[in-house]
Amino acid sequence: MKIHEYQGKELLRGLGVPVPQGSVAFTPGEVKLVAADLIKRTGNPVVVVKSQIHAGGRGKGRFIEQPEVGGVKVVKSAEDAAQFAEKMLGNTLVTIQTGPEGKRVQRVLVEQGMNIARELYIAITLDRATGRNTVMASTEGGMDIEEVAAHTPEKILKESIDPAVGLQAFQARKLAYALGLVDPVAPRFTKFLLALAAAYDRLDCALLEVNPLVITGDDQVLALDAKVSFDDNATYRHKDLEELRDPNEEDASELEAKQWDLSYVKLDGNIGCMVNGAGLAMATMDIIQYVGAKPANFLDVGGGATAERVTAAFKIITRDPNVRGILVNIFGGIMKCDTIATGVIAAVKEVGLQVPLVVRLEGTNVELGKKMLDESGLAITTASSLRDAATKIVEMVKP
Amino acid sequence: MSVLVDKNTRLIVQGITGKVGLFHAEQSLAYGTQVVGGVTPGKGGETVLNGRVPVFHTVRDAVEKTGANASVIFVPPPFAADAIMEAADAGVALIVCITEGIPVADMVKAKRFLQDKTGSRLLGPNCPGIITPKQCRIGIMPGYIHTPGRVGVVSRSGTLTYEAVHQLTTLGLGQSTAIGIGGDPVNGTNFVDCLQLFQDDPETEGIIMIGEIGGSAEEDGAAFIREHVKKPVVGFIAGVTAPPGKRMGHAGAIISGGKGTAEAKLDALREAGVAIAETPSDLGSTMARVLGAKTRT
Repeated sequence: MKIHEYQGKELLRGLGVPVPQGSVAFTPGEVKLVAADLIKRTGNPVVVVKSQIHAGGRGKGRFIEQPEVGGVKVVKSAEDAAQFAEKMLGNTLVTIQTGPEGKRVQRVLVEQGMNIARELYIAITLDRATGRNTVMASTEGGMDIEEVAAHTPEKILKESIDPAVGLQAFQARKLAYALGLVDPVAPRFTKFLLALAAAYDRLDCALLEVNPLVITGDDQVLALDAKVSFDDNATYRHKDLEELRDPNEEDASELEAKQWDLSYVKLDGNIGCMVNGAGLAMATMDIIQYVGAKPANFLDVGGGATAERVTAAFKIITRDPNVRGILVNIFGGIMKCDTIATGVIAAVKEVGLQVPLVVRLEGTNVELGKKMLDESGLAITTASSLRDAATKIVEMVKP
Repeated sequence: MSVLVDKNTRLIVQGITGKVGLFHAEQSLAYGTQVVGGVTPGKGGETVLNGRVPVFHTVRDAVEKTGANASVIFVPPPFAADAIMEAADAGVALIVCITEGIPVADMVKAKRFLQDKTGSRLLGPNCPGIITPKQCRIGIMPGYIHTPGRVGVVSRSGTLTYEAVHQLTTLGLGQSTAIGIGGDPVNGTNFVDCLQLFQDDPETEGIIMIGEIGGSAEEDGAAFIREHVKKPVVGFIAGVTAPPGKRMGHAGAIISGGKGTAEAKLDALREAGVAIAETPSDLGSTMARVLGAKTRT
């Protein structure tokens, strides 16, 4: 689960990680009030207005409706802040991460301007190779870290966190001096990093990225940006974080699928798929492409492909206007093929069928399951292997 | 022959009084597995499955009373990492965790705990389990699709394993042992461990390795194959069409930071001399081809 920058910063502030002063605003009027208050409190007329969307590259991004405006703007008065917010709010920001359709900006973060002396990169995430969380640090703050990793991997420093004791101060110090920091900044960096690691644990993060972390002209260490995402498996112990979810940032069908315990990801092809098992679901998408078409989605119905869940899955798949055909691929193991056939028939009867449907069943009672589908009187085509099924559905949707 | 489990394996089931645990305990028993006990805290002293399987409060009790050397875990996600550590603490040699959805932080701790328990091996979590046909079934796979034979199967995905197994059975090749290592980012046994086991098993003549996007376990496996595996290996990687940054069902199946793509994994496998099955429908026939086998169909 991803959250907005301002939400991440509020969480970090509450856990002792220094972040700039600022607040979220939803209208130009609110922006003006927040900016005026910030200017009064800090005595600094410089404020920054930052578009809040779940995508990076906002600074270099551009609005479709206002091509001259970027996603982040530094201004020198509350009036200017409001004026730029007017151009951002409600408009569509395109960045390298949003795709060409962009994302609508519905909130902005208004933040105090900073006198930046240095920008660094810090992130904590799981290192799958070691099964441990790892701190990554780099002098190349503000850069796209994937670029840094690709071209100058030696500039990324790493410290592995032993889960038995957590990140230790000496590890943070090692990084501080390796990044070329000196007193009084080095101990402040150490304190910052220890607080950040504690926040990572406390919030069950999947990723905590501060890019850039800034050293100010007066030697303060702050998180100028914060990308926070949570481990989806651990959300049950963080009910309070659930309210940070922004439904505008998530696909409505993906959210609905979650309620049915279905795993669904929308893609841009035209063959809808419904499969049991994540690996088999991916392989089904792949084989659709292999025989010359593109999958419209990933959908794992899981182990219990009951009539209710199959029906819910059908509804979600067919809601996508791009879908021209559906491929159902179920390996019935414990769940018998005749049970699955019953589910598919019930779902088709309830939802109705506007596009061709190919069903491939394999496993327990497969012949009975196929027979039921063939004799259902519904326009269901059965297939014997996955390749056969993919070939059939792709043939059927050809214009 | 087989790897890790056979007819002498003595299995306990953690979470045996839950619906899923009980169902699969019964399935394993019916398959011929020695299911010698179960564990559910608070239900020690009871029995399940018509008195055939005693239930204990703790894994330690169960191991002491039954001599169990393997455990399968059907405990809900919030308690599953604890169950893994309990089994390791009791000295269980093979711990198979079926549970899907364990918080990553819990697994990071459990993996650290297991480091000191050198006598215990973890399979999973979020895996279908392990089976040696006609001898021992541990997990949730449909037993009847398996048949004793010559091919070792190791996979990150459950239903894709069933695809491979089903084809091997249909072609008359059969399986020595089929191992699911699970779809989570932090797991116990990996491809390399299983490849080593299959390489050392005299009855395994060929190996099918099924991977998916995310992480670098397949690349590590490929490097190991190049150096150490003399038997023919057939590979398949799911997720060629998966977009970056999206979790494809399995917590571990995600391309992030340009790493873990199917192309990179396929390249690594090809360079290691692995025969790639173009689609999952070709897993069995590709293995038959590399084994030069006479098949039934």
